[in-house]
Amino acid sequence: MIFGTVRRLREAGVLGLNERNNRYTLAYNPRYLYPLVDDKLRTKQLALKAGLSVPELYGVIEIEHQIKGIHEVLEGHREFVIKPAQGSGGDGVLVVAGRAKHMYRLVSGVIMDRSQLAHYASNILSGLFSLGGHPDRALIEYRVQFDPLFGAISFQGVPDIRIVVFQGFPVMAMVRLPTRLSDGKANLHQGAIGAGVDIATGRTLTAVWRNEVVTEHPDTGNPVTGLQIPHWDRLLGIAAQAYDLTGMGYVGVDIVLDRDKGPLLLELNARPGLNIQIANRAGLLPRLQLIERIAARPNTVEERVAFAKDHLAAP
Amino acid sequence: MGSRHVYVLSFLLTLLGAGLFIYKIVALGFPIVPGEKSDLWDVEVRISFVARGGPVKVSMFIPRTSSRLAVVDENFISRGFGLTTTLVNGNRQAAWAIRKASGAQALYYRSSVQALEPAEEETVAKRPESQPLPSLEGPYLAAAETLLKSAREQSADLDTMVPQLIKHLWEPHNDSNAALLTGPRPDRSRVAEAALQLLALAQVPARLLQGVRLTLPSGEAPMLSWLQVYSEGRWSAFDLGTGEAGLPGDYLIFSIGPEPLFKVKGGNKVHYTIAVRRTEAGGLEAAALRGRIVNPQLLEFSLLSLPMQTQSVYRVLLAVPVGAFLLVIMRNIVGIKTFGTFMPVLIGLAFRETQLLWGLVLFCAVVTLGLSVRFYFERLKLLLVPRLAAVLIVVVLLMAALSIVSHHLGLDRALSVALFPMVIMTMTIERMSIVWEERGPAEAIQQGLGSLVVAALAYLAMAAAYTEHLMFVFPELLLVLLAGSLLLGKYTGYRLVELRRFKALASPRP
Repeated sequence: MIFGTVRRLREAGVLGLNERNNRYTLAYNPRYLYPLVDDKLRTKQLALKAGLSVPELYGVIEIEHQIKGIHEVLEGHREFVIKPAQGSGGDGVLVVAGRAKHMYRLVSGVIMDRSQLAHYASNILSGLFSLGGHPDRALIEYRVQFDPLFGAISFQGVPDIRIVVFQGFPVMAMVRLPTRLSDGKANLHQGAIGAGVDIATGRTLTAVWRNEVVTEHPDTGNPVTGLQIPHWDRLLGIAAQAYDLTGMGYVGVDIVLDRDKGPLLLELNARPGLNIQIANRAGLLPRLQLIERIAARPNTVEERVAFAKDHLAAP
Repeated sequence: MGSRHVYVLSFLLTLLGAGLFIYKIVALGFPIVPGEKSDLWDVEVRISFVARGGPVKVSMFIPRTSSRLAVVDENFISRGFGLTTTLVNGNRQAAWAIRKASGAQALYYRSSVQALEPAEEETVAKRPESQPLPSLEGPYLAAAETLLKSAREQSADLDTMVPQLIKHLWEPHNDSNAALLTGPRPDRSRVAEAALQLLALAQVPARLLQGVRLTLPSGEAPMLSWLQVYSEGRWSAFDLGTGEAGLPGDYLIFSIGPEPLFKVKGGNKVHYTIAVRRTEAGGLEAAALRGRIVNPQLLEFSLLSLPMQTQSVYRVLLAVPVGAFLLVIMRNIVGIKTFGTFMPVLIGLAFRETQLLWGLVLFCAVVTLGLSVRFYFERLKLLLVPRLAAVLIVVVLLMAALSIVSHHLGLDRALSVALFPMVIMTMTIERMSIVWEERGPAEAIQQGLGSLVVAALAYLAMAAAYTEHLMFVFPELLLVLLAGSLLLGKYTGYRLVELRRFKALASPRP
């Protein structure tokens, strides 16, 4: 039984955690590059330097003392996001959707007063959400206004697009849709839906929710398959460029689609999850091995995107 | 560094570790399982006294290895006392000292004693310096001389005279001379004293042995003195009770000479007990002795050459890598999620003291209670580090409370909750509460259960007498574990839980 499953998974080219770590992240992601992607502030600065659009930064809180001034920083912004610079997997992201007098209204409808918000920021600084519990910084930035396309198929939060990029080639993609279960967050392990996206066309394929294959959004009941993601070529371009930005060989690129500003680079992930394979109903291995076998490696972003679209189309 | 490098390194490590392992089994006969038949006794001496509040000094003779019994393992338990062992006139003496102590004190000496195959070699003993004549006067002197005379007449040589002498001394009701020397009701120490005086009078070198017999029914063993008499280059022993010649094979000598077994300075109400218990464990010591002869260098640099107390620490320490290796398997091959990397191993280690069932109960109790307090703290909005400290304090309080309650309920096992690593418990509670808040109770409980299962398995693996024995006797097996860990570091196969996770991908496309 077990060996049969192993054999079938091998045939499907499914990448496991051990293999991802051993063959890909350990081999292609040098340790010294990790700070570039683990710290969202540095990623943002790199992206800006390379001319990529990112959500606008309103402010950074680095020390406990600055928390007092947080309300001045927020003056004039009705909507914003507070997140830890070194959070992992979407942990610790607080989305404020509006104000009620002196209170802040979260996207979930919960009202937070000033002291609660300050305490939240203080938790971020003390490393509650950061990898390894290191002291951290809190970023306050623009709250993305998601593209109307996603209105029918997400619950509250902002859907984002995850593209796994291997040596500069976008190899697999999915769109992550927040659900009631994920509390408006777009991370699969928190209960968001992941829908596979055809690299060649930008159309959504099957979707996975909590390790199960689904075709409709559990909260809205609207179909999540067969949707065309707008600006697909630009998305692939941003993803491919992320490789030149950091030099990370195996990286997950998270991009959001803003109603007004188009695709914005959200963050990079040096240890991208494996659920993208379930969302796509396809293994990563054949694609990664295809890229590894390329003899004459195209250098430009456009060439790499073109190669991926030619060779990695969904069957 | 490629995979080949790791494979070669692992192969060499395995070769070295397994090679040494096999050599020690085949050539040196180290026992591969614990408790193979062997004559081994545990001897424990307990000295209790009430210290007066000033400096205390306790000295005690401790057993020595003779040609028939070897002291193979020793340890001293004495809270707060400094300990030295010295040789005093050929006797081994342990001295405990402390600058200031008051109240009831207890000192323990424990050793394992093993019977050796009787060695035939007779060493020629030097004639001891002549002893001063005993200070016997008047009627005592006359009585002694009469006793000696009659014993001499009823015997052919020294070996037959001494038993006669002892026999006479035990019969004061028949012999008024004996009554004068030993009193109306002789006991072993009076007979010993009188025999020594008589032999000194006869210019025969004699001495007392103090020791215990190991094969007496288990429990408390009395201190028994034995008489040794020198003649023609050797010491012959005589039973002071019966006068029988020869030293029994199970007689463990604590000291030679008339001095008492122990002295206590700075304390009163002194009481001592000697307990002897036959154990099954062993085979190991026998092999170690053999190893010392066959290949002295190997044993010289082995754990068996360390002081006994350190050895017992290593018995535990060397089992930890087994737990860690198991953890690697559970995490990387099975894919169980746990709180913290080594937390299950440390909890498993604590289970050694509590035993599994109690360990699980106590762990769950502390974590559950701690978690509820932690949820309350969450509402207080505290800074991270002060909150951690607060949880730690609560954990210690909970442990103390559990101990007190369980003690009153008569559940003494539960007292061992004190041995849980409290920092690890604190971090477990903290991590669990965060996972609970962020990923929901299901995930938190799942990870908690995963940690517990791995901890229980690690405990079973680490605490098994077999593991402990193997790792302690054959520490070279660590090299094999190291090789295994390196290989697992290159493992690229699926984790067992991934088979379920990617189940949808294993079935053909609809």
